[in-house]
Parts: sequence; structure tokens; C-alpha cells
Amino acid sequence: MNLGGRPHRSLHLRSIRCGLRLACVFLCAPLISGCGHASAENHELTFWTIGREGEAIIKLLPDFERAHPDIHVNVQQLPMSAAHQKLLTAFAGGSMPDMTQLGNTWLPEMVALDALEPLQPLVDHSTVIKPDDYFASIWATNVVGGKLYGVPWYVDTRLLFYRKDLLKAAGFDAPPRDWAEWRRMLAALSDLQQHTYGILLPTNEYEQLMSLALQEPDPLLRDGGRYGNFESTGFKRALTFYVDTFRLHQAPPITNVEAGNPWSEFGRGVYAFYLSGPWNIGEFRKRLPAAQQDDWSTAPLPGPDDAGIGAAGGSSLVIFRTAKHKDAAWQLIEYLSQPQVQQRFYDLLGDMPPRRASWAGGSLHDDPKARAFREQLERVRPTPAVPEWERIANEMQLVAAQAIAGELTIDQATTEMDRRTDRILEKRRWILDHTHPSAEANR
Amino acid sequence: MNPRLAKALINGLLIGGAVVALFPLLWMLSVSFMQPGEASALPPPLLPAHATLGNYRELFVHAGMGRYLLNSLAVSSVITALSLAFNLMAGYAFAKLRFAGRERLFQALIGALVIPAQVAMLPLFLLLKYIGLVNSYAGVIVPAMATVFGIFLVRQYARGIPDELLEAARIDGAGEWRIFGQIVLPLLKPIMVTLAIFSFLAAWNDFMWPLIVLTGQEHYTLPIGLASLAREHAQDSELMMAGSVITVLPVIVLFLAMQRYYLEGLLLGSVKG
Amino acid sequence: MNSSRTAWLFLTPALLVLGVFFLLPVIAALVLSLTDYDLYALANIHNLRFVALQNYWALLHQPLFWSALGHTVYFVAVGVPLSMGTSLGAALLLNSPLARCKPFFRTALFAPVVTTVVAVAVIWRYLFNTKYGMANFVLGHLGIHPVDWLGDPHWAMPTIILFAVWKNFGYNMIIFLAGLQAIPLDLYEAARIDGASAWRQFRHITLPMLGPTLLMVSILTVSGYFQLFAEPYVMTEGGPLQSTTSVLYLMYDEGFKWWNLGSASAVAFLLFLIMFAVTALMLKLARRGHDGEPA
Repeated sequence: MNLGGRPHRSLHLRSIRCGLRLACVFLCAPLISGCGHASAENHELTFWTIGREGEAIIKLLPDFERAHPDIHVNVQQLPMSAAHQKLLTAFAGGSMPDMTQLGNTWLPEMVALDALEPLQPLVDHSTVIKPDDYFASIWATNVVGGKLYGVPWYVDTRLLFYRKDLLKAAGFDAPPRDWAEWRRMLAALSDLQQHTYGILLPTNEYEQLMSLALQEPDPLLRDGGRYGNFESTGFKRALTFYVDTFRLHQAPPITNVEAGNPWSEFGRGVYAFYLSGPWNIGEFRKRLPAAQQDDWSTAPLPGPDDAGIGAAGGSSLVIFRTAKHKDAAWQLIEYLSQPQVQQRFYDLLGDMPPRRASWAGGSLHDDPKARAFREQLERVRPTPAVPEWERIANEMQLVAAQAIAGELTIDQATTEMDRRTDRILEKRRWILDHTHPSAEANR
Repeated sequence: MNPRLAKALINGLLIGGAVVALFPLLWMLSVSFMQPGEASALPPPLLPAHATLGNYRELFVHAGMGRYLLNSLAVSSVITALSLAFNLMAGYAFAKLRFAGRERLFQALIGALVIPAQVAMLPLFLLLKYIGLVNSYAGVIVPAMATVFGIFLVRQYARGIPDELLEAARIDGAGEWRIFGQIVLPLLKPIMVTLAIFSFLAAWNDFMWPLIVLTGQEHYTLPIGLASLAREHAQDSELMMAGSVITVLPVIVLFLAMQRYYLEGLLLGSVKG
Repeated sequence: MNSSRTAWLFLTPALLVLGVFFLLPVIAALVLSLTDYDLYALANIHNLRFVALQNYWALLHQPLFWSALGHTVYFVAVGVPLSMGTSLGAALLLNSPLARCKPFFRTALFAPVVTTVVAVAVIWRYLFNTKYGMANFVLGHLGIHPVDWLGDPHWAMPTIILFAVWKNFGYNMIIFLAGLQAIPLDLYEAARIDGASAWRQFRHITLPMLGPTLLMVSILTVSGYFQLFAEPYVMTEGGPLQSTTSVLYLMYDEGFKWWNLGSASAVAFLLFLIMFAVTALMLKLARRGHDGEPA
């Protein structure tokens, strides 16, 4: 249906002058492609980043562009909260960039849409990217149906930031090892009168509950991702622990919009724990005064009974099937995968590299605050690799927020989660059961 | 009631109302000149301690606000120009040209006003995707090139043009286009100004559709850019206020300059139904 | 001669735009709402199923749809009377012969109308911040406890209503003002001679004379308020606890966040039907109440 088979991109109307020609756009729709000018002559590689990565990447690019004078990289930053939607919209509207940063939990979705370029052949010929060097569970999140679609860029697993001094003052010398001990600490560190809480768990972020749920042996979905499994004993135990934290006033029931500036509140001792990701190492270093830098540290997640498992999160670099500059995109991916570039990236932003070689040198190697992450990374588990996962996780959190507010009991909440999940997965079940010869989504 | 008391009461209420209406806007202006973090204090400061243009610099240099401003100007201007042309032609035809089914067609158009625009948005997105206009300025412009309201407004006004004037021109042998260009348009000038302001403001302030159809930030208009910034920089109130000033100031100035036409159009569009 | 042809030439551009970019999509939306068009179908059209009325059926069984409708009705039912009351009050004040500096006040009260929703919603978000917001600061001085305006599910919608009233009342104020100015002064003169109080004059002269204007304005305002979207999008993102998720917000989420275009179209059509029913009902009630013709 594409008019004359011309790429959409040729329609970028750069100036108002072109607007006057718009009358022709609708009066004689077939002629519209005459309105734009082909953008094929400029080797402009469009690269979408999510959240703050865009600001850091701009500092890494000059070296790349010097080495590849024919490539100009156009970086666009998607706001974190709108990124998933923007990516889907771009797909729906056929306006994808050449390459993007992609949360690895979103990867199955893009693969189901057949939007991504398989990368195995490129990796096979690469002298830079060595799959064995990557953390195995992280690499595995980029493989869907036996095919590789992304190269891990940085890893993100949630763990505990905690105030050493506050824990010590409450009589605890080490971070918690299991949930029972954690609960005792949270109780000791919360004081309703003084408005201090053991931990901040923003009620509109699903990552925290998900991190707890992944500790349990029960999978989050069952029957090959056909149905929800939230009514399992394991998930109920995780949800109970999560909701109890609010009911016992050990966490305030607020969203991150209301939480405002969590870093300074952590510094003031409003929260003793903060369950978050690696980028906050940098934020805390930047935002807390020098005198306080020895008072905080990081620790792996405690599990229900012993050392916990983290979510194998993070972002990968992917190339869109529709990309016009696939070679250039791959060259950029290789550049960003070099250990020394990844080390600089860590220095700029605190994003942790997915390959062991990058951890072996640079400031990362000696950083005591990063050690917990290194430890955790060998014990991570991926979230269910179904395209609907993002939506399911969102629904899970919406229901969990109702449980926090006391509107639902644990049993009611898990039933509701399964009900919503099963409805969301209805189409997936149908597709799985009606294998259509050309249905790409069926993997 | 004592007339003096009544006078004091009425004017007092008006002053109170004006304060409530204007305070948020003046506060926005003031905070936009504050240092980062200054507004988050108790008591909330009313005026900047050391006024700075730093927030504006930050917006234009780093946040791409200049680009959004140009996009907004371009998109709104083109929409205004095109919709003005199309609505004037159609409104005039409905008012003064005779053709079979005129009244029925016009009634149908007015009837279509009850359908909220959002009903059309989902398929419209798919349609524009197939034409290849998603994430382009044209994607915002094309659906706004004609409006039922605009046609209605022009028709209401153009009905006041005396038929004899047009008949006389026809007898003199003038073509329809010449009549439109040389007789009708000059007479429609006031409504043209009104309609232009309306279209410009509507296009400038439009949110939902551009939010949907503009996927790349290089095409963002100011409201979309601002909403996106507001999600990223929620804690930087001073920066956000500067962004709001940039978004709101052009339309406020335009309104203040053209107030008379705007209010007239507002009344014409609603009362004379 | 060919005057009819000329007319069609003049009409064609506008009708083409409205037909192709409005009418056609509306019809397509109806068709779409009978399918399960989603991302899978967008990727491969073979994944499209015709589901008849299932989308509607599912929506009517979905608590979120009902709560979104509830929030929307709440917004309309409280917001419209409040907004119109404020407009009428302001118009009466401006119309009073005792008022001074009328052009200034008219402009000042109207100013919020021309502003961009997104920008002023951002302002309000800070004014109504729980900790540092001006609203709570002022309340604190009056000895009232701080209110968690946008964070408390019970307060978020009232805050949005306040915002909408502030933003919109100027528009109807101008229309009412014109309506008031059209009322012949001798009617009031006669009433005064009969010794009617100000309230009785308002009740028996102003209101009946404004009748048609009131009806038209209320219908327009109701349909406008049913389309609540940008305010919660910017101020609360539909939260807290989805307490500000309106029907249109639901449509946006369903359609453009999760790309379930079929089900989102059904939401849009249900909203249309509801709006249509409500306006029709208002017209009918007005006709029965008055023998006067609708505007």
C-alpha cells in the first residue's frame, strides 16, 4: 500500500515552504511522494535511547564519528515513562529509527512483531562481540525462539541501597540475608511519628514487586506463557511480603511522582533502604554530600530463605528490520560493546556492562559499591518472554496498588491478576493454537 | 442594598476573580526566572531572589525547545492558512451559492459535530500510516485543513452579504472566482481575521492528536515537547515553568493583540446558532 | 447555468478533507470495533479476527471501563454546573453597571481560556504540590491541614475539576455576557418599579431570558467535559489508583499505548453513544420544561 513503494522517510517535510504544497497532498494523493526529497544521500543513523542514556552517549559518539567519518549519528532520547509506548507507536506508524536501545523485557514483543533484524550472522563474524564473555542469563534474554535479536548493552538488576550508619545504629552489622531478617530491620528503622520508613517502594513501579516475585520458584506464567500463575503459593508469599511492608508502615504508599526527590530523602534518613538499579550509584554519589558517602552501600537482594535472585533486566541494542543503515548500526553496536567504551560509559552514567571483560578493569573493578551488583549478576532470572509481559506487569502493579490501599485481600488480588492476565493472553493462546503458516508472531 | 456597598462588593469580587485567574500565570512567569531548586522551599517564594535566564538557556540549548517552538509556529501557520482557504470557500458556497441538497448537506455537517473527534483517531492513524504521513508535520496538518466549525462560522457571516451585489457582478460578466476574490473576500475580512485566530490558537494548543501522530521528537510541537519534558524533569519546577512560559506566551500575546476579533467570533459561533 | 458546478468546486476541498479524514475514519472505527485489531494484526493481517460485539461485551464486564465512566460522569456532573455557575456569576458581575474597568476584568478572567492546557496543567501541578505548593501553604495559614491534592485518590478528581473550571469558565462567561447585554433594560426598569428584589429580577427576568443560551451552553459544555483527557494525562497520568482515568484516557491507553485498536474503538463508540444520549436527554428535558425553541 505504500505509495509507489517510496519509503515513508522521504516525506519528512523540513520547512514551512513545503507546507504550501500540502494542498496537493490530499487533492492528488498519489503525487505526494513528490513533496519530500529522498534522504538517502545522507548517512544519518538514527538511534533512539531511553531515559538518561542519551545524554551520556552523546559524549561517547565523537570518537566513533571520528573513526567513521561517513556516519553521522542522530541520537533521540525517549522519556523513560513513555518509551515503551513510543516504540510501539513507531512500529504501528512505520516510523522506526535504524536502531534503538531496548529493554530486554520488551524484546520478545518486538520480535513477535517481526520488527527486529536477527543478529547471529553478524555476531559470528564479529571480532569484538564474544557471547561467552557475557553474563549467560543476560545474553539469554536476547534470544527468542533460538534466534539472537539484540546485543546486551548494559545490565540492570534491582537490589538494595542501604544506609550503613542507620542499620548499625539499629544494631545490625550487615545487610539482610533473608526476608525474615529484612523484616526485622525494616521494623526497627520505621517510625510513623517521625515520618521515617524502612524503605521506599513507589507504588506505580512494578520492578520492586517483580524482583520479589522472581525470588520464588513458581514461574509467573504457566503453560508456555498461556495463562497467569499469580495464584501460586510462591507469588502469594511475595505479594504478602510486599503488601505487609506498607501495612506495617515500613514503606509509604506513594508513587514516584509524589516521592519527589528520593535521593535527598534517603540522605536525610527518611528511608533506610531503597530498592533500585545501578544508575543510582551515580545519582547518590552526585546528590549526597561528600561527608555522607561512606554511610551508604549496596547489597544483593535477600531471598525468602537465603541469598536472593535478581531480575535479569537491562537494555540491549537492536537493529530494526526496516533500518536503512544496517551496516552503520552494527558498527556502532560493536563500538559500544568494546570493554573500554563500556568502562567509560559506566564512568559517565553508572550503567553496568554486561560482559565480564569490561568489569575486569577501570573504575568498576575496584568500586565497592558496584560489588553487590557483580555478585547479583551471577544470580539473575529473566522475566517471562511473552510479548504481553509489559502490559501484564503493569496490570499486576495496578492490582497490587489496590491491595496496598486495602481495597483487595491477597487472595482477591492474585485472582484479579490472573483474570486480567488470562484476558490479555487470550490472543496469544489463539495464535499459538492456530498456527498460521505466515504468522510471524508464533514463536 | 446600599449602592456603595454593592459597588464595593461587585468590584471586590471582580478583583478577587482576576487574581485567581491571573495568579497561576504570573507565578509561572516569576518562577521561570528562579534558580534551580529555589521554588521548592517554604514559604513558597513569590519572586526570584536573583533572577536568571538560565532556565530558558537550558531549554533552548539542551532541551530542544527552540525546535519545538519552530515546529509549533510552522504547523499552526500552515493549518491556519489552509483551513482558512478551505473553510472560506465552503462557508461561502453554503451561504450564497445555490445547488441541490444544500440545506440537507449543511445539516448533515452540523450533525457530525456531535461525533467526538476521538472516534476517528484510531482509524485515522492507520490511514495516515498507509499514506505514509505518520510522524510528519503533514500528519498533524492534513486532518485539520477544514473544520465544520469554521465552515459554520463563515456561513453565518457570509449570509449577511447582499445577493444583489453578487447578482450585479454576475450581470457584469464576472466569473465566480473573480466574484469570490474581489467582492466576497474583502467583505469577509473581519471573519477571516477571527477564523485565523481561532484556527491558530486551536492548532497551537492541540494536544491529543499531535501526541499520537508525532512519534519523533524532531517533529514535536510545544505542548508535546512540554508534556514529555514534564515527565522527565518533574522535580525541576523552574525549568518546567520556563517551558510553560514559552508555550503560553505567544498565544496570550496574540490574544491580547486581537482580542476584539476573537471574542466577536466566539459570539458569532455560539449565539446566532 | 453551471452555478451548481461552481458551488461544488468551492465545496470540494473542505468536503474532501472532512470526508477522507473524518467521516471515513468514523465509519472505519465502527468496523474496527467489531474486530480484535491489535499489534499482532498490525504485524500480520492474518492475525485479525472478526469478533462481532465481543469488544463491547468485554468492556461492559470490565470494572475499569465502569470506573473510568464513573470518573468521567463525576467530572461532568460536578464540573459542568460549577463551571457554568462561575461563568454566569462572572458575567453578572461584569454586566453590572456598578463594575469598573470592565475591559480589564473581562480580559483577565478570559486569559486562562486561551492558554495551552498542557502548560497550565504543569503550573497547577506545582501549585498543588503537597509539600511546597502554594495551595497548601495558604491553607496552612488558615489552619487547615495540608491536602494531598493530586496524590490522594479522593482529592485528585476534585483538583482536576477545579483546574478545569479555572481554565474554561471565561469562555462561557463571554457568551453569557452577550446574552445578558441582549436583555432589554426596560424589563428590569419595570420590575424595579414593581419593587422586585435583585434576586427576583434574576429569577424572573434574567434566567428566563437567558434560557436558550443556557441550554446551548450547557450542551456544549457537557460534550466538552465528556472529552476529558489532557488534564489527567499531564497532572496525574490517570492515577492515583486510576482515580482520574477517564473514558478517553482509557481509549488512549487501550489504543495508543497497548495498540488494541479494536477494543479502543469500542470504547470510543460507547463514549459517543453515551454523549449522544445525554445531550438528547438534555434537549428533551429542556423542550418539556420550556415551550421555547432550542437554540
